[in-house]
Parts: sequence; C-alpha cells; structure tokens
Amino acid sequence: MCLAVPARIIELEGDRAVVDAMGNRWKAKTTLLPDAKLGDVVLVHAGFAIALVDEEEAKKTWELFAEIENFEKTSNKVSG
Amino acid sequence: MLDRIAKAQHTIDEACRKLDRQITVMEVCGTHTVAIFRSGIRSTLPERLKLLSGPGCPVCVTDQGYIDTVLELADRDDCIIATYGDMIRVPGSDGSLETRASNGNVKVVLSSEDALQLARENPGKIIVFIAVGFETTTPASAVAVKEAAAEGIANFCILSGHKLVLPAMRALLDGMNDRIDGFLCPGHVSAIIGWGAFAEIVNEYRRPCVVAGFEPVQIIEGLAEICRQLAAGKPELASVYKAVVTENGNAAAQKIVAECFEPVDGYWRGLGRIEKSTLALREQYGRLDAFRRFGLEDKPGKDNRGCRCGEVLCGLIEPIQCPLFGTRCTVDKPVGPCMVSSEGTCAAWFKYGQRK
Amino acid sequence: MATNPERILLAHGGGGRLSSQLIREHIVPKFKNEALSELADSAHLRLPSTDICFTTDSYVVKPLFFRGGDIGKLAVCGTVNDLAVSGARPLALSLALIIEEGFEFELLDRILQSASEAAQRNHVIVVTGDTKTVEHGSADGIFLNTAGIGVRLPNVILGLDKVEVGDKILLSGTIGDHGMTIVSQREGIGFESPLESDCAGLAELTCALFENVPGIRFMRDPTRGGLAATLNEIVEGSRRSVEIDERAIRVRPVVQTAADMLGFDVLNAANEGKFVAVVSPDAADQCLRICREHPLGRDADIIGEIVKTRDVPLVELKTKIGGRRIVQMPYGRELPRIC
Repeated sequence: MCLAVPARIIELEGDRAVVDAMGNRWKAKTTLLPDAKLGDVVLVHAGFAIALVDEEEAKKTWELFAEIENFEKTSNKVSG
Repeated sequence: MLDRIAKAQHTIDEACRKLDRQITVMEVCGTHTVAIFRSGIRSTLPERLKLLSGPGCPVCVTDQGYIDTVLELADRDDCIIATYGDMIRVPGSDGSLETRASNGNVKVVLSSEDALQLARENPGKIIVFIAVGFETTTPASAVAVKEAAAEGIANFCILSGHKLVLPAMRALLDGMNDRIDGFLCPGHVSAIIGWGAFAEIVNEYRRPCVVAGFEPVQIIEGLAEICRQLAAGKPELASVYKAVVTENGNAAAQKIVAECFEPVDGYWRGLGRIEKSTLALREQYGRLDAFRRFGLEDKPGKDNRGCRCGEVLCGLIEPIQCPLFGTRCTVDKPVGPCMVSSEGTCAAWFKYGQRK
Repeated sequence: MATNPERILLAHGGGGRLSSQLIREHIVPKFKNEALSELADSAHLRLPSTDICFTTDSYVVKPLFFRGGDIGKLAVCGTVNDLAVSGARPLALSLALIIEEGFEFELLDRILQSASEAAQRNHVIVVTGDTKTVEHGSADGIFLNTAGIGVRLPNVILGLDKVEVGDKILLSGTIGDHGMTIVSQREGIGFESPLESDCAGLAELTCALFENVPGIRFMRDPTRGGLAATLNEIVEGSRRSVEIDERAIRVRPVVQTAADMLGFDVLNAANEGKFVAVVSPDAADQCLRICREHPLGRDADIIGEIVKTRDVPLVELKTKIGGRRIVQMPYGRELPRIC
C-alpha cells in the first residue's frame, strides 16, 4: 500500500520542496519532515516526504540508488 | 545483491529443514503482495514455506458500502471527486468511477495537495477527496485537512476510509486465522509508526514480526530473519529496512494524524467489524468531513454474490479456490476489489502467476 | 476576411479559398515533391514492384509536443515503422489532418515541419493528403491520420506461423522511453524530467537486417501496450510460449525511476523507435551485430526465446533474482498509483 521512492531535495522553501530522482523532478512537501534539509535524501509518497533515507543503507537497498552518485557527478548539481 | 540473496535463501532452507513442518508467513501489505509476485520470489522458496497475502491492500479491504458512497457522490453535479488512481476501477454494486466518469467530474490526483488545489481553482464545486490508505498515506490527508481549515477553504472535504494495520493483525490472530507463524511487516507503514509498533504482536501473540522494504533482496532477507527466529524458537521484533525505518517512526506525522483523526470501529471487507480500526475526522474538523457534510453513514454494503474476497484477504483460501477466479472474475471484468486493485491478491495471481 | 489569420477557422476545411490558401502556403511547401505539388485528387505513383505493404494509422497523442518529438514526427515515424517491420522499404505516405477550430497556425506549421523533416530523414515522400476542420472542442487540437505504402523486400517471408521452438527474441534497445516521456508531460501528473521519446524511423536498420540475414520469422514495433503486449501477441498468434530474461531487458535508470514513482510498469509502456524480432537461432548473432552497428540498435540484445508450451501458451519472465512470473497482456490504461 506504499509506493514510495527515494529522492534528493534539491530545492526547499518553507515546506515546499523539489526532489530529484535520477533527473526526474517532482514537487513534494516536507510538512511531515520538519527537519529535512537541502541535499537530504527522503522517501516520497503521494507528494509528501515521509522519512529521511540513510544513504549508505540506501545503496544496499535499492540497486538504482547506487547509480545515483555517478549520475549526480555528471549532471546538474544541487541548487541553492 | 545475488550473493546476499543466496545467503538468505540458505538461511530459509536451513530453518525449514530444522522445523520439519509447514511454515506460514503472512505479509500484510499489498505492495509486498505485488513485489513478491513481480520478482518471482515464491518460485525460489522451499515448498514448506507458504506465503500468505493478508488484508494489506487498502482498496481491497474497503467495504462495498464505502465504494457505493463514493459512486453516489460522483453522480452529483455539485461535486468533483479527487482520487488516487488506485480507486478508479474498483467495482461497486453498479459500475465503478471509471464507468461513471462520463460527466467529467472524476479527477485522478497524485497527492492530497492536488485535491486541495482543485478546490481553490473550482470555487463553484465541492471537492471530495477519496482518502483511502493505511498509515503511510493518512498523514497526507491530515496535512490537507489542516491546510484547508487554516485557509478557510469551504469547498473541500475528505471521505475518510483510512485504516490501521495493527487492529487487523490482531483480529486475524484472535479469530480468523491462527495458523500464521510470522508476519512480514509493511516497510512504509513502519516508516510512519516505527518498527516498535509491532511489539504488541510479538509480546502477546509470540509471533515474529520483521519489517522489510519492497526490493526483492529486502523481502528475502526479511523472510530469512523470520525463519531464523522460528527455528530458534524465539519470536522477536526486527527490521531489515534500515535505510528508512526507525524504532519510533515519524513523530511529526503521527502527531498530525492524531490531531485530525480518531480511531473508530469500522467495516473491513472480509473481516467484518473491527474495533478502533478505521480513522474518522475529529469533530473540530467536521466541516471537512464528507460523511458529516452529506449526511452519509459508514455502513457495510452487500457483497457480490459468490465473491469470496473476504476469505482471500484473511489468507483462508487462495484465489484459485474461489469459484469465480479466472472465470466470472477476471482482471478485465473484476467482481471484487481483490481482482481490481493493482495490489489485490487475485489480481497478482492472475497477472503474474497461476490461472485455472 | 483575414488574409493571414493566426488560428484555424472552420472555413479552412471548407474546400474554398481558405482551404486552398492553407494547402498552398502551409502544407505543400513543406513536402516538396511532384506528386503532391500536382494537388490532384489522388497521387499517381509508379512502383518498382507489385509486392506491396500497405498500412494505416491515426495519431491522437496528448500532449502534441513532447521531448524528442511531436505528433507530426510520430505520425511519419510510426507509419514508416509499420512498413519497416513488415519487411518493406517504405516509399510514400498520405497525411490527413483533422484540425480543431481555433488551433494556432504557428503550432500547425511546427507539426508540419516536423513531419517533413521526419519524412526526409526516412526517405519517404508525402504524396497526398486531406484537411478537415471541426468545431472547437471536437478534436483536442489536431488529429492526424496516415496511410503508407512500401515495397516488400525480396525473399522476406514473415509470419507467426513460422515461429519455432528455439527461435530467439531480439529487442532493438531500451524500453519505456516514449511512454514515460508522454506521462511526464501530461497535464495533471506531469513533472520536470530529462526523459525523451525514442521516436525514430527504423527502416534503414530493418532493411539492413532483411537484406542480409535469412531466418527472420517475425517483427513488430512495441507501441501501445509496450513489450508486454507484443510478446503476448506473439504467443497468441504462434500458439507457442515465450520465455524472457529480465536481466537482458534494458531500461534507462531515468525511465525506471519515473515509472517507480508513479507505479507504472515499463513493460507496458509505449516505444516508438524500437522493434522486437523473432529470429532463427542461426540468425541471432548476425542480427545483433547489424543492430549494434546502427545508432538505433546500439542497445539491442537477445532477451529470450520461444520455448515448449507446458500447459497453456504464455509469456514467462525469469526475474532478476532468478524467480519466475507470468507477463500478462496489459489492460490498456495505466493509472498513477500510491499503493
């Protein structure tokens, strides 16, 4: 009952964020994660960030996540 | 990843050999049901390990009465129904949102925020947000409710069908299916409620509860941990979803849900009435409650004749044992939600596994 | 009367002065060829052979413009591909437009220019067409219809009845690119993304295959319904079973991530620049070699084979973790999910 994908916060103003997953960018709200910061990786579900993601564990959990580091090195940097 | 899988499979094999009997593990998350099928895990497990799909698909356990209520509202000219895509094809007694969408007032949204935005953009209509989902999704509804209240948005309301996982697990163990040896617990529900929430099941019912994510490695490692515990004779609380789940979960999310909702008795398809298992909006948010606003009652509907979704949801029968499965009830012409919902057990069996 | 209107009027489809102006000023100049310039009621063509393939298609894509293409490019490439996978060298197309009243000329010109460029790139000519206009609200902007003819290449015999156990299944590249790009630009559920449609004409590559490799049994482009639909069509038509290896199917990470976020299945997503081929085991290596030397086939791979049917013909997938599951014919509509 829970489709959720890890994505990195690349823009944050108040509780309105833009998250990036492999170049795809979605709007997400961080209302449920008041301590979330720019650059954090969060789990996004139904337009909300619902949990902070531990990046080291993430690499062991999601096959694609391990590729994110490579991707980010060669494309747009985190803005702000 | 493959060697981790091999290691986990070895643990499972060893445990099954040691226990020398059938082991039944239930997962209570529709996303787990689908993930298990899509990754073909069942075909890699020993015969003795039986995986049961429980009432973890929020669409499947949504009572027929609720669905008929949604369809009633969809027929009104003054309403716009905002819903997650999952609900579009669920059949009520007479059609579904898909077949009744001809007057253009059913909108698929990705977020409760989108529904709220629809209310801002359509001042002449009442936006009814179909708020279904377990603990993972409830906080999103709570945020929208609070925002609507703070902004004074008068044309927005939610029809809450939100449900709680733990009461269902208890009901299963108390009454309906005591053959469950352990639970694979939902990873994203746990992100909200914390893995510690399942302590009551471990302590009272002495069953292993292991929280896992949805990647195949997660599921297999979760199953391995359950089997290990069973073989050791020591049921424990554990989580293999270390990337995301903490013991106490998301406090901010829990707080906002508690502010807006209260647990009430509710009807679950197949399980009947379960105490304090459904969330209703608190009285102070009454204006945002579609039930109150339209004078609707949350009553059970009459299930379609012959539909055995209830027994499937409890893990009492497998889809193939339902006489309608694959014949009168197919993915194209579903009779009950178990076949319609993308996460329904019957849909998963039909799409990824066996047919008659 | 406006001499240079900015938007389509109903009169532009009326067969009178405005129609004529539309055709002469906007359409003909973009598709410069003898047959079209005559503006006769039908195009006169002398074909090198009587072994002809003939196809038709309609295009209703929304949004009209997307990363990697637009409805004009899609129409030409789609038609070219239908002929290409039938073992033909595409020659000529018809292009019919049904335009909604109020549609901007600037957009129409862009679409026609796109179609023209696609036609040139794929060595086909648009020899005849038609233009109709409909009332505002009746056509979502613009609909296109095409018909295409091509000449069957010599010694090409294709058919699902030719498929045998042991035959290999070749996929020419990554899947899901077009389908997910469209979703990413669709109103209501769109999002910013580098996703790009794979829209492209495949005739040059397919002709190279048909001309050099005997033993190609069947070919199809997995458009609507994606790879899942095409594989199921192969099973249905041949009454044989298919087994594919998930690890051999290539999906761009950006595509997979977008699909994961929305709950979509990439196997069901449309592709507009790829083909699936069933080839004899002897032909597989050579087919792969030819594909990989062509820009549109660089990611080609053998993804599975035709196997003996156990009890009922179906498509079975060997998953990344070594498990097995069945791939069904998709419903025909993917909805974004939260569960």
